[in-house]
Amino acid sequence: MSIEIENVNKRFGDFVAVDNVKLSLPNGELTALLGPSGSGKTTLLRIIAGLEQPDSGRIRFHGEDTTDVHVSHRGVGFVFQHYALFKHMSVFDNVAYGLTVKPRRFRPDKAEIKRRVMRLLELVQLDWTAHRLPSQLSGGQRQRIALARALAVEPRVLLLDEPFGALDAKVRTELRRWLRRLHDEIHVTSVFVTHDQEEALEVSDRVVVMNHGNVEQEGSPEDVYDHPANPFVYKFLGNVNLFRARVRDGQARIGDIALPVAEHHPQDGEGYAYVRPHEIEIVTDPSEAGLSATVELVSIVGPTVRLELRVENGEDLVHAEVPKGRWRELGLAQGAPLRVRPLASRVFLHGETLPSAGA
Amino acid sequence: MAIALRQPSVIPGFGITLGFTIFYLGLLIVIPIAGLLLYTLQMSWDDFWRAVSDRQVVASYKLSFGASLIAALINLVFGAIVAWVLVRYRFTGKRIVDALVDLPFAMPTAVAGIALVTLYASTGWVGQYLNVYGIRIAYTQIGVIVALTYIGLPFVVRTVQPVLEDLDKEAEEASAIMGANRFTTIRRVILPALLPALLTGFALAFARALGEYGSVIFISGNLPFRTEITPLLIVAKAEQFDYAGAAAIAAFLLLLLINGLQWWASRRYR
Repeated sequence: MSIEIENVNKRFGDFVAVDNVKLSLPNGELTALLGPSGSGKTTLLRIIAGLEQPDSGRIRFHGEDTTDVHVSHRGVGFVFQHYALFKHMSVFDNVAYGLTVKPRRFRPDKAEIKRRVMRLLELVQLDWTAHRLPSQLSGGQRQRIALARALAVEPRVLLLDEPFGALDAKVRTELRRWLRRLHDEIHVTSVFVTHDQEEALEVSDRVVVMNHGNVEQEGSPEDVYDHPANPFVYKFLGNVNLFRARVRDGQARIGDIALPVAEHHPQDGEGYAYVRPHEIEIVTDPSEAGLSATVELVSIVGPTVRLELRVENGEDLVHAEVPKGRWRELGLAQGAPLRVRPLASRVFLHGETLPSAGA
Repeated sequence: MAIALRQPSVIPGFGITLGFTIFYLGLLIVIPIAGLLLYTLQMSWDDFWRAVSDRQVVASYKLSFGASLIAALINLVFGAIVAWVLVRYRFTGKRIVDALVDLPFAMPTAVAGIALVTLYASTGWVGQYLNVYGIRIAYTQIGVIVALTYIGLPFVVRTVQPVLEDLDKEAEEASAIMGANRFTTIRRVILPALLPALLTGFALAFARALGEYGSVIFISGNLPFRTEITPLLIVAKAEQFDYAGAAAIAAFLLLLLINGLQWWASRRYR
C-alpha cells in the first residue's frame, strides 16, 4: 500500500507545522521521517494517520483518497512514543482490543481472536506475558506489545511516532534492529518518525529529512548521508566542520589545500566547505600542505579518538576523529602542534542556500 | 512494625509522625465516637431499640438513605460531566466555572438552604414555573434531594478531575485508530480508568449527604414521616435534652453507614 501526500499544509495558529509537503512513499518500504523537534514530522505522521486534519492537501493510500476518512476507518496501525497501552487491561486484552471492537458481523470468534493474538505475541517474542498487566513489563517489552497491538487489526500502513524515544540506549539499539528484521518479515508499508539520524540511517529503506515543515531531502539512507542536498541536511546528519573556501575552475581552496569539487559546482565563488570529522587527516610533518593547528582536547571513546583542534586564525574549533591505532602512531599530546587536511568536502557557496540552524 | 521503625530513610521522623497521627486521630475522631457509644450504653437494650426503631425515626432513615443515594447518583453522572468539561475543553470563564464548583464547600449550608427554598418555593423564581406543571420541590422529598445534590457536587468533581487530567489522551487515540467508535472508547478505555475515582467521589458525596443538616432543613419543611431527615431528628432530640436518644440514633446511623461502606468496599476489592 503506497502512501501519497499531496501538497499538505497544516498550521497551528501562526505556527506553520507542515508547509506544502509532497511525498510519495512506496509500497512495502520502511520510511523514516527525520528532523529536529518542531520540524513537522510528527504532525505529518498524525495527518497520515487521520489524528489531525490537514488545512489543505490530500492523503491517498494506493490511490484511494483517505483525507476525509475517519481515523477509525482508515486502517492504520499506530505506535506511540509512550506506548499508550491500556493500563487496566492485560497484555492479551490490549492486543485483542482492535479485534474485539469490530462490529459483530466482522468480529472473529473467540478462538480465532485467541489464535491471532497469540501468534502476534509470538511474533514479538512476548507470548509468555499474555496475562500480565502492562505495568509489569519493561519499556522495551511494552513497546513491542504496542507494536503487536497495532498489527492486530492488519493495518494497511503502520505508523510509528518516535517508537524508541522513551527507551534507554542499549534497548533502543536492540529494538531498532529487531524492527528492521520484523519489517523484512511482514513488509507492511511503514513510516516512523525520529530525530535520531543514526536510527533513521540504520533502520529505514528511505529517509525523508524535514525542517520547518518542509522536506529538505529524500532518498536512500546512503544517498542522503553521502550527498546531502543542502547545509541543513549536512549538519543534521552528523557532526560537521566548516572551513572558508574559494571555488575556482572546479577546485576548492581551503588555505593552501586544493580539493576537487567539479562534481557539484559549475560556479565559482566563495563559500563554506563542509567536512565530516572522519574526513580530516592529521599529519605531524610541518612541511606538508595543511592548516596548522594545536590539539585542545582529546577524548578516547572506545576504538575512536575524538579531537578538538584549534586552527590558526580559525573561528571555531575543528572536530576530528581518528582510529585509536592511528592516534598512537601520531604520538601527539594535548597542546601539540600539527597540520590538518580535509580529505573530502562539499562546498556550499554563499547565497546558494543559507546554512540554517541545526546540529 | 519494629523492623519498619528501625529502617533508615531519607525522610526521618517516622516514629514521631506516626505517633502524632495516632494521637491526633484519637483526639479528633476516636474519642468523640467512643463518647457517642458510651452515651448509648447508659440506655437499656429496650430503650435503645425503642429509640432507633420508632416509626418516625425509621421513616427518616429511609428518606436520608434514599435521598442521599439518589443525590450521590445524580452527582456521579453530572459531576463526571462537569469534570470532563473542565479538564478537556478551553473556554472563556473556565476559571470562574472551576471556582463555582467549590461554592457548595465554602458557603454556609444554612445560607444555601435559605437560597434554595427561596428559589424553589411555589412562589420562587424557579418554583413558580414548575408549579404551573404541578411540580413542587420545596417542602417535598424532591427538595431534600435537590439540597443534597447541591452539597455533594464538589466531591465527585474534585476527585475525578485530577484523575482525568492524568488520563493518557494517546490511549483514546489508540482506541480510535484500532477502529473503536466513541461510545466504545468511553466504555472500554475511559470509564475503567476513571472508575476508582468515580466510586470514591460517589462514596464521599453519599456520606456527606447522609450527615447534611443545614441546607436541608429549610427546603424540606420537616414534616414528620415525609420530609424529616435523620440528622434533624437527632438535633430535635438533643434540643429536648434527650441526649441518650440522640446518641442512639446517631450510633445506629453510623452503624448502618459503616456496614454499607464495608459491603461496598468488599465488593470493590474482592
